[in-house]
Amino acid sequence: MSSNAITVPAVQIQDRPWVDKLHQWVTTTDHKRLGILYIASALLFLVLGGVEALIIRVQLMHAHNDLVSPQVFNRMFTMHGTTMIFFVAMPILFGFANYLVPLMIGARDMAFPRLNAFSFWLSFFGALLLYFSFLGGSGLYGAGNAPDIGWWAYAPLAARAFSPGHSSDYWTLAVLASGFGSIGTAINIIATIVSLRCPGMTLGRMPLLAWLNLVMAGMVLLAISPLSAAQIMLLVDRYLGGHFFDTQAGGSAVLWMHFFWIFGHPEVYVLIIPCFAFMSEIIPVFSRKPIFGYPVMVGATVAIAFVSMSVWAHHMFTVGMSSYANSFFTITTMAVGVPTGIKIFNWIGTMWGGRIQLKTPMLFSIGFLFQFLIAGLTGIMLASSPFDWQLSLSYFVVAHFHYVIVGGILFALFGAFYYWYPKMTGRMLSESLGKWHFWLFFIGFHLTFDVMHIPGILGMPRRIYTYEPSRGWDTLNLIITIGAFIQAIAILVFVANLVISYFKGATAGNDPWDAWTLEWSTSSPPPAYNFASIPVVASRRPLWDLKHPEDPDSRYE
Amino acid sequence: MRRMTSSTLRIVSQVIFLLWAATAVWAGELGNSPLHTTNIFAPSSTPAKSIVELSVFVLVITGVIFVVVFALLAYSVVKFRARAGDAGREPAQVYGSTQIELAWTIIPILIVVVLFLATARVIHTIQDAPQPPTAIEVTAVGHQYWWEFRYPNLGIVTANELHIPVSDPAHPTPTFFKLLSADTDHSFWVPELAGKTDLIPNHPNRMWVDPHKTGVFLGQCAQYCGAQHAKMLLRVSVDSAKDFEAWVQSQQQPAIQDERAAVGRRVFEGNACMNCHTVAGTPANGRFGPDLTHLMSRGTIAAGAAENTHNNLRLWIQDPSAIKPGSLMPAMKLNDADLDAVVSYMETLR
Repeated sequence: MSSNAITVPAVQIQDRPWVDKLHQWVTTTDHKRLGILYIASALLFLVLGGVEALIIRVQLMHAHNDLVSPQVFNRMFTMHGTTMIFFVAMPILFGFANYLVPLMIGARDMAFPRLNAFSFWLSFFGALLLYFSFLGGSGLYGAGNAPDIGWWAYAPLAARAFSPGHSSDYWTLAVLASGFGSIGTAINIIATIVSLRCPGMTLGRMPLLAWLNLVMAGMVLLAISPLSAAQIMLLVDRYLGGHFFDTQAGGSAVLWMHFFWIFGHPEVYVLIIPCFAFMSEIIPVFSRKPIFGYPVMVGATVAIAFVSMSVWAHHMFTVGMSSYANSFFTITTMAVGVPTGIKIFNWIGTMWGGRIQLKTPMLFSIGFLFQFLIAGLTGIMLASSPFDWQLSLSYFVVAHFHYVIVGGILFALFGAFYYWYPKMTGRMLSESLGKWHFWLFFIGFHLTFDVMHIPGILGMPRRIYTYEPSRGWDTLNLIITIGAFIQAIAILVFVANLVISYFKGATAGNDPWDAWTLEWSTSSPPPAYNFASIPVVASRRPLWDLKHPEDPDSRYE
Repeated sequence: MRRMTSSTLRIVSQVIFLLWAATAVWAGELGNSPLHTTNIFAPSSTPAKSIVELSVFVLVITGVIFVVVFALLAYSVVKFRARAGDAGREPAQVYGSTQIELAWTIIPILIVVVLFLATARVIHTIQDAPQPPTAIEVTAVGHQYWWEFRYPNLGIVTANELHIPVSDPAHPTPTFFKLLSADTDHSFWVPELAGKTDLIPNHPNRMWVDPHKTGVFLGQCAQYCGAQHAKMLLRVSVDSAKDFEAWVQSQQQPAIQDERAAVGRRVFEGNACMNCHTVAGTPANGRFGPDLTHLMSRGTIAAGAAENTHNNLRLWIQDPSAIKPGSLMPAMKLNDADLDAVVSYMETLR
């Protein structure tokens, strides 16, 4: 560490007119500002997607409810899924990657700042396009508004014969635009990590967060490309007389499924790997120990990325593949469980023998570990293809993937918010509101998604807008809905915490958590240039070396 | 040893089944209508039964993994919490351990191998089962939003309510399905008889069931197929050999020609009805909608969305969206006299 003697000047807050400030934000190419833009826009769409989820839940609260028509219900679950995956989860994780990767590898910005801004705005305008469909989706036909083809847009439901008007086109173009944005960001992350690491930071000394985002970015390139190709093929089908997926002219519905899921399954890992990255930074700091088995953690991530490229057809066990194909995708899917299990064990190994501080980021991390364990185990059940023939397309599967996405990804994200918000704003988030947020969300989550497994076992398929009173699904659905509202209240607490702490939170200082990676060596928030002088590192935990000159990590690595 | 394991498994499976049954009953008692629940852990046919056996095996293994890992996690959270006394001091810095990490790589690999072998066996038993010559063949065609059932060897066409014979293990009469779709993707799911299989246009699929007891089994379309995916319900009536024989006999007859309903028949054939519906033995031979030759032999209309009563039939013909909004059956906009006539014609189609 050569920069320890240099004091970083505090950021000058200039009082400019708001139009100037807005202009600065809109035209910015600063990775930190773009990161915050990604996160802020994702939070906006999180609220919209959440409202859609609540409409779904109120409609299903009891049998034969008629709050919304079937058409509106179908739009709600289509918009909910599309929004949450493409316009909440991906952007928010890209936002954190954008903000953190350059800081953690000691760089002054991303490798391609203008590509970075371009990627963000592509994705943001993609989201606007999707939501514009509520106004403009009907087209000439008058077939209603907003896409209603499900977030997989299975053929031939997305063909013009079954989806007239323009609502599906808004879906296609929105996903295509955000896909190009994602590819741009992925290229940028890879280039940044490969070429902008500070002196001394070999690949073996890189923080795990950077490693995992590197792997994630590689997966984005491999997964988003077939999705974008498929979207273009769908547009060709719809407007240029193509027949790729047009079953009425001999096209193949199954071909679309393969295209979609060869994106769709790696996508799950694209979302969860950055969350593994948050865990791999937060758990060590709050256990006061280095990550257990760093090389194995990197190896397991690469293994997950590799194996998860060949598991996609476990989404298609009911499609009628041969018994050999079903067996193949069973074993690949189960095999992903091995490196994933190694990660869980290594996190527990990190906590083992530590001095665990149960602050809010750590609470969310423990919640993540607990829920991700269960999600993984229900995943093993679904990987066993005959079991999947019963569970697939039922509420069990809905419960399973919400366990991954809410119980895993969202909990990890909340942990990341509480951990890095002080760095981004210079203020601490309130611990007491944070604990309210955690416990309310934890209770709401388990009320909703634990119970949701049961109607699936009792034969309730997903994506139905109502059900018969005689099926005995009423009470379970009511409990699920109550849990959803408790989660919504927890989100309000979280938003209140973000806003109140921004103005009234305790001052954070450079390093509020006594942490070890480079982002904590600069001021909070960091200046536009990040580091007054480029740091030099000698180990994986440069700030540990600085704080413990008598026992530096560099002696052991 | 093997015997012990299988009897343990049976006990566990029964415990799990009772648990779910209890849940179902409890869920039902709070509702106020008579219950007809389904449960994947209450199988009545070989494919569903093999799945339950495999499921219990998977549940036991995942359950053990859960208990072990959860215990480790809970122990480390409780045991290694920071205490007031150790402020400022850092714990021993441990970087990893090759032996331990090797152990928690190899053990999961072994578990995966075992799970895979158990799974592959069941995949093969269910999917590659040969079709015996005594099997009943049914072609199921998924439509937006109803089911067409054709029995090519028996010359029967019906809709939404499937009749199949019970299969006696001594003289098995399983039913083998060919699954087709007329429009979008659907999925055939009767949880207590078998896992689901999709009906996909241009992609014929196959599945089979051999019900072990008579009765009505409920299911519904499981693959999102459009606006009324929710009301694409499915009833399977498993009949005794004798009842099935009688049902086949009656279904093979052409429609009853009842002179008292001649007016209604004229309305039916003079309107768009016959473009979509078939009534065997009359000029009506449309195939877009359900075959109505023996409409009154069915307990429900609109793919199970309503009971087959006089008032529901009348409402369905006049305003289908009152029962099933988004259904492709158009509102026929008949005057009252024509409507009554058509309904009485329908009621003669036994």
